[in-house]
Amino acid sequence: MSNTTEPLIQVNHLKQYFDINMGFFQSKALKAVDDISFSIREGETLGLVGESGCGKTTAGRSILHLYKPTAGEVIYRGKKIETKQDIQEFRKHATMVFQDPYSSLDPRMTVEDIIGEPLDIHKMYSSKNERRDKILSLMDHVGLNSEHAARYAHEFSGGQRQRVGIARALAVDPDFIVCDEPVSALDVSIQAQVINMFDELQEKMNLTYLFIAHDLLVVRHISDRIAVMYLGHMVELADADQIYDRPLHPYTKALISAVPVPDPKIAKANKRIELSGEIPSPLNAPTGCPFHTRCPYATDRCKEEMPSFEEVETGRFVACHRVKEVN
Amino acid sequence: MALLEVRDLHTSFFTDAGEVRAVNGVSFNLDHGKVLGIVGESGSGKSVTAYSIMQILASTGKIVSGSIKFDGIELVGAGEKVMKDIRGNRISIIFQDPMTSLNPTYSIGKQLMEAILLHTGRNKQEAYDRAVEMLKLVNVNEPEKRMKQYPYEFSGGMRQRVMIAMALACEPDILIADEPTTALDVTIQAGILELMKDIQKKIGMAIIMITHDLGVVAQLCDEVIVMYAGGICEQGTENEIFYNPCHEYTKGLMRSIPTTDNNGEKLQPITGTPIDLLNLPKGCPFAPRCDNAMKICLTKTCERIQINEDHQAACWMNVKNSIEKEGGADE
Repeated sequence: MSNTTEPLIQVNHLKQYFDINMGFFQSKALKAVDDISFSIREGETLGLVGESGCGKTTAGRSILHLYKPTAGEVIYRGKKIETKQDIQEFRKHATMVFQDPYSSLDPRMTVEDIIGEPLDIHKMYSSKNERRDKILSLMDHVGLNSEHAARYAHEFSGGQRQRVGIARALAVDPDFIVCDEPVSALDVSIQAQVINMFDELQEKMNLTYLFIAHDLLVVRHISDRIAVMYLGHMVELADADQIYDRPLHPYTKALISAVPVPDPKIAKANKRIELSGEIPSPLNAPTGCPFHTRCPYATDRCKEEMPSFEEVETGRFVACHRVKEVN
Repeated sequence: MALLEVRDLHTSFFTDAGEVRAVNGVSFNLDHGKVLGIVGESGSGKSVTAYSIMQILASTGKIVSGSIKFDGIELVGAGEKVMKDIRGNRISIIFQDPMTSLNPTYSIGKQLMEAILLHTGRNKQEAYDRAVEMLKLVNVNEPEKRMKQYPYEFSGGMRQRVMIAMALACEPDILIADEPTTALDVTIQAGILELMKDIQKKIGMAIIMITHDLGVVAQLCDEVIVMYAGGICEQGTENEIFYNPCHEYTKGLMRSIPTTDNNGEKLQPITGTPIDLLNLPKGCPFAPRCDNAMKICLTKTCERIQINEDHQAACWMNVKNSIEKEGGADE
């Protein structure tokens, strides 16, 4: 981890709303990401977890400005991303690896062209030979042979496709990569290969990751810190081990207790915290704390007042009115 | 006699590219009231084994040889009439994706009652009552109201509960669950697994749990089968498989998953790429990816070796180890 005090990426009060057409010229805002703030240090891996629909993917995408954020700011190396030029420049330093290696690669392009496309867009070579050399060295980085260059995506297995996706993300020589569930579509034995590769690349190239996933054991393995999202809000942010061993927010507690541990003795001794009800629709998000409808500790205050995201211990942020009483 | 006896099952798919041997000589027994986990990666043949038992293979698929005996009845070659009586009645199956396994154009109630009306002698009112009772069993709130609703009004977890209710409505002897929680979030998954465990205790049926997730197996199963390339590499009680794995593939799997113990350490992945079922190697199918592969592994497949009373593994390493041990004892 780097010693610089200034974060690489700073996200302040980011909001991402989508207008949903309700018919008869009416629309309603779906608050996919609602006021999240955090920062990522250089060389760090921040894990972002939460259940489907909690806004974790949207958060990753709007940080990269793949969507235009409704409000809030993203600051990269002290500079706010605002204009089109900023975004264009930012994308040379920040890229993305997608979840599904089957749909994120164009079936009509060869591997060479897939990896070369970002180089073309940002005009990052002066001759054809340079382009080819760059592509081959990228392929080498992710463990693909040079003979794979002329092949098409369908000729590869899931794990190899994900390697192609990672090589493409590395093409512009980024320092920040948003990894959106990069291993969830892969088989267990292949997952470990790709996770290790993320680790090695980080060490070699001093990369910073925002690692979005729902598999808590994988996230814990790869992350330095973990942020937990629920219904568009960030509810807890702390060290990976801390969040796993001693979660503070009631939702994090329930989430951690539900992780299927691959060890029968631990699994049978585990006491799961059961949550009543289901995640409310983000179109009709509850007032007050988003979690109060399912929280076993909710009071009247939780129903009315939104808790702020506060630092309760050094480096530990929790959004809960009753964090002191609950723990 | 075991409730279900599968012997040397071979199932293939005949495609334009050639014969895909999806299941190669699978044998196992399942007793009343037991939970059997089948783990393996994509293409290991775990789902095809289940579909062979139910005989719901795609049109290109065919059981080539082997025997499946259910409660004394031979199912291979038994014909549609016999199978119709067993499917959904005595052996039920639930699938991974609860979204696509319900018909969007019928109400939940109608779909639930269909199986009951088909397989039991109940009249419409009795079938309705039974359906409501089943929804209560799987913890669906306000079952009478839910009966009138359509699948789109249900969340993923709720749909999977409906699928379980449907599968259990005729009190089957065996419930086959094909990755039932893979599409669900962890908190919902934990609820469904607990529900299955509870109902299993209440009704006493046997469950075949097909999954790629060793965590799910650890929650639920009495016995575990590990499959690779259409064959069984290891079979044993849950404790034996997790704490005393004896096949190199199982050991590799255990090393490659992040657990609570190996945090901070580097994962040790299984090298290489998954197997091509069109071109199975001559010896042990795992040998090309196995770090400890010996000469014999490349030429000859290993028969299943009895490790102890509760444990079998098809790996030459066990032979090597036992020879070395005996050699050591002689000295």
